[in-house]
Amino acid sequence: MKETIIYSFKGLYRDDFRVKGYEFGSGGKSVCILGSMRGNEYQQIYSCSLLVKKLKKLEVEGKIKDGHTLMVIPCCNPYSVNIKKRFWSIDNTDINRMFPGYDKGETTQRIAAGIFENIKDYKYGIQFASFYMPGHFVPQIRMMKTGNEKVELAKKFGLPFVVLHNPRPFDTATLNYNWQIWETDAFSIYTSSTEKIDKISARQGVNAILTFLAKEGIIEYQGFAGFSSKVVESDKFISIRANAAGILDPMVKAGDNVMQGQVLAYIIDPYTAEIIQTITATTDAVVAFEYDSPMAYKNTALFKLIPGGW
Amino acid sequence: MSELIENIEDVVRFPLPVDEEFVIKRHRIEPSGENIGKRICIVTGIHGDELEGQYVCYEIARRIRRDSLSLKGIVDIYPAMNPFGIDSITRGIPAFDLDMNRIFPGNFDGDMNEFTASMIVKELEGADLVIDIHASNIFLTEIPQIRINEKSEKELVPIAKKANMDLIWVHGASTVLESTLAYSLNSRGTNTLVVEMGVGMRITPDYGEQLADGIISIMSELGIWEGEVPKTKEAIVAYDADGDDVCYLNAPCSGIYMKEKEHGAIVRSGESVGKIIDPLSGDVLADIKAPENGMIFTVREYPVVEEGSLMGRILREKVLNGES
Ligand SMILES: [Zn+2]
Repeated sequence: MKETIIYSFKGLYRDDFRVKGYEFGSGGKSVCILGSMRGNEYQQIYSCSLLVKKLKKLEVEGKIKDGHTLMVIPCCNPYSVNIKKRFWSIDNTDINRMFPGYDKGETTQRIAAGIFENIKDYKYGIQFASFYMPGHFVPQIRMMKTGNEKVELAKKFGLPFVVLHNPRPFDTATLNYNWQIWETDAFSIYTSSTEKIDKISARQGVNAILTFLAKEGIIEYQGFAGFSSKVVESDKFISIRANAAGILDPMVKAGDNVMQGQVLAYIIDPYTAEIIQTITATTDAVVAFEYDSPMAYKNTALFKLIPGGW
Repeated sequence: MSELIENIEDVVRFPLPVDEEFVIKRHRIEPSGENIGKRICIVTGIHGDELEGQYVCYEIARRIRRDSLSLKGIVDIYPAMNPFGIDSITRGIPAFDLDMNRIFPGNFDGDMNEFTASMIVKELEGADLVIDIHASNIFLTEIPQIRINEKSEKELVPIAKKANMDLIWVHGASTVLESTLAYSLNSRGTNTLVVEMGVGMRITPDYGEQLADGIISIMSELGIWEGEVPKTKEAIVAYDADGDDVCYLNAPCSGIYMKEKEHGAIVRSGESVGKIIDPLSGDVLADIKAPENGMIFTVREYPVVEEGSLMGRILREKVLNGES
């Protein structure tokens, strides 16, 4: 294992800003795995740390095959993590809206450029990602449909779902999109949480990556075989929204199987505890996403359902 | 005698979780007499910490009331498209960490923000002109200017020239900007101008009056105003689709930026425009010099910089000479 500094600059009153990478194996640039880009992505850092530990062991045991360099970057943004701010410390910009970056531009454009320059030549790119809303996911690989996406590869992670979505305007400035444009096979991996550490789900994510690496002949690894992934287009998700605003009392969790008509949650009047809306499943489905905040705004997507069961 | 008809109405209204309603309001002013049926919309407050447009909204209403017989069409004023942001000194939408100007055209069936964005587009679509007033951000001061996506150049530059601004900056298209209000409206055939002027969190009354003069001039051009029209200035037009008209001053290191030139200053190549200092060591970390002849049209207002922070933008001399 080799530690490298991917990008850094001098702070005025803070320690230097540093993005650190951990390199394993030798030879061609094979796989790059990235953790948090935002200040609240604790689970993403933690998942990477488990992966670093595993790869370190596999390297010592000689189980990384010749001709493969692997890079793990647990955190692209320690400055925001350490002050518990989601986006960039001074100007609130999002590094994951700055790719491919610009080395003569503003700070977060430079960080994106500095990172991208180092990671754009890998054959595979895997990012532990987070959703913009607070909530829990059923573990999944997400891919953007750029024309370069390879669904069969994504299934090799053995996670329950592979989700495909069409890029929206802002997606064109994300790492995943630019990786694909630069012909890296890019995957976003969603474990169940972001701001809270879920150890089981983190281990499942790490196992999925190791399984993928083994199937691609990069490492020797015998983990759980995982699932035979179901491929879903994101527009086939059924969003179950609140019509009312109030306190959310959920009855089901991400990963649950639900029956048509089953109560998913109640919206409760915050002052009188009266039920103001009963939210039910519109079809038999798997709960793919569960919103996690006690306050429900009107029209918030509280659940995303994938029709069918498992 | 013709009187004005004035109404303050909701654009959207819906309940929030705890005993409050979310509401965006519109002030409509129209003549009770002859009305040519044309409509101009004055929009501001999409970024909650940009307040320059607040004074313009007030000033336009004041000028119309002062000379009420001159109004011949509809003037709709929307001072707060992001009321949560204005209330909490937040650029984006608090509680959602979203830039409101990245969610248009919205989605009627989406969450409250997407729904709101879709209602705003529905509300403004079909107007004869929309003016969306921004104020740079809290970091930079801008001379009064209109920014136009090259895709809408043909429709918008002639109108923008009547707006009494110092600069019209026609910039290159970018996919990311497709989710702005202006892009959504222009692509639906509703002409929309984006004004950037002054600085975040402050109001510059001179700029407000300059723009109000420009709006009255545009209203006259549209036939909505038959009263006196203030004399307007001719803007410098930068046709900068290739990014060749402007040079950027980015901080070479972190420190405290002491500007030495104000926005609007003409500078020569090699001339000092500011310094980056280190108050801890007492050292000058960098002397910032103009890389070329031109005009500083953006200047850093917030002194703390880190490597890469924008300290200013210079409009190249050739543009000032009309060779854009
Ligand atoms: Zn703005």
